[in-house]
Amino acid sequence: MRDTPSKRPPHPIGRWALILAAVAGSAAAFGYVGGWLAPGRLSPAKMIDTLQANSGGAHPGYRRNHAKGICVAGYFESDGALAPYSSSPMFGPGRTPFVGRFAIPGGNPYAPDSSVPIRSFALRFDLADGEQWRTGMNAMPVFPVSTPEAFYEQQVASRPDPTTGKPDPERMKAFFASHPETTAFLAWVKTAKPSPSFATETYNSINAFYLRDAAGDRRAVRWKVVPDAASPGAAPPTGEKNYLDADLDSRLATGPLRWHMIMTFAADGDPVDDAASVWPDGRKEVDAGTVVVASVTPQDSGACRDVNYDPTVLPRGIEVSNDPLLAARSAAYADSYLRRTSEEGHLPGTASKKEASR
Amino acid sequence: MNGPTMFHPFARVLHWLMAIMILAMLFIGAGMVSTLSEKHTWLVNIHKPLGMAVFVLALIRLGFRLTHRAPPLPSDLPAWQKLAAHASHWMLYALMLAMPLIGWGMLSAGGYPVVLGGGVRLPSILPADPALFAWLRESHRYLAWLFFLTFLAHMGAALMHGLIRQDGVLRSMTGGRRR
Repeated sequence: MRDTPSKRPPHPIGRWALILAAVAGSAAAFGYVGGWLAPGRLSPAKMIDTLQANSGGAHPGYRRNHAKGICVAGYFESDGALAPYSSSPMFGPGRTPFVGRFAIPGGNPYAPDSSVPIRSFALRFDLADGEQWRTGMNAMPVFPVSTPEAFYEQQVASRPDPTTGKPDPERMKAFFASHPETTAFLAWVKTAKPSPSFATETYNSINAFYLRDAAGDRRAVRWKVVPDAASPGAAPPTGEKNYLDADLDSRLATGPLRWHMIMTFAADGDPVDDAASVWPDGRKEVDAGTVVVASVTPQDSGACRDVNYDPTVLPRGIEVSNDPLLAARSAAYADSYLRRTSEEGHLPGTASKKEASR
Repeated sequence: MNGPTMFHPFARVLHWLMAIMILAMLFIGAGMVSTLSEKHTWLVNIHKPLGMAVFVLALIRLGFRLTHRAPPLPSDLPAWQKLAAHASHWMLYALMLAMPLIGWGMLSAGGYPVVLGGGVRLPSILPADPALFAWLRESHRYLAWLFFLTFLAHMGAALMHGLIRQDGVLRSMTGGRRR
């Protein structure tokens, strides 16, 4: 049984307006949340566009940052020293394999190794129960800025001048002057030099995380991997652009390379959510185990090529802090990953050809 | 024709529950890929378990729909509107099943562990493959658009039935007394 058409009221304009408002309002809300109606928002795409612009445009198939690198593989060996602080089975006694990657910062896969004083080390641990721990570490003790917005400003300020091909020193100076949180980083960078080897660097988590123990208690930590290989070795031949890979090859020819993973625990009052701040010396440290790099493969064909080292992919027993840079890294890495995998998959609208390898 | 004039109460509960969940999913998805803020991680962590919940409920709902008759559309409804109504409903069913599966497959192809939180982890359903990841990721994006547009049409049509035609179609899902 239905209402008959004769009982219908006339179509008041107000009712049509209500329907239109409901549909248009929903569409507008979606447009705002999705960012199409909020062009001022700092989106992952905007961040990656800026990194690309600073690297002379997109390099199809490559990461948009840390584009130049090399794949390694090995394992983490634990004796259980960290087990009381984290419920992750990885910190119990035993071995966990990893797929790793050494790289230098920047979006240019052809940059000279000496172009930056920073090296990076990324790891994806594959736990026996199918969980993963992904971490991207850097050979600097502290991040220049505390927020993604400031990092974006830094990228804009350091865009190469088209005439010189280098960042405008005045703009850089103005940026650092307006960001006092960069003090610790600037103090470090003054003495930093491009290392002739990946093997002799100490790599830091930079961001803080939480370890959660089996009882449910959590503690803020940062970690670093400290090399057994202390000697930097011979300085690279002057004028040589690519020496890091060869150095790694020759070192690995004589045996695996080892780093100790040191967990540093925050003391009360240490800033947990600020990557630009340094924790004072003397904090409690625990040697969680040894990172053993056993083999190396080129990044174009190695297992690390298709890994997005998103630092928020964590196993049970490790958790993200509220450091705003962590969420930003996750979001921006996802955009970078989609761009290069789209190029790999020849998706319409992406650069059709992957660049020839270095 | 002596069919039911109302949807079964169970179908109505599922409909409104899933309407909220799916709309939330579409907004969460759009928001999480467009922001670098702390909300990103939080939204991603809701998106995955909520998507799997939609998938499970969609299966239950499809099973219920195939075994229980829906109230017929008004006999005076123009043929093209009937066709549009049926096509959009099956489109919505297809999308509420396909979207979570594509999301799950996409994470698998990207080599990510599919973690729903609370220690629950789903197995991979596809091999790790970057090209496959990219195709699925982009399908997820464009089908989400299609999902949202179909929702807008569905809501607009429901309001048209309720406010303009007043033919009982909207009431068959909202419940309430006939006037």
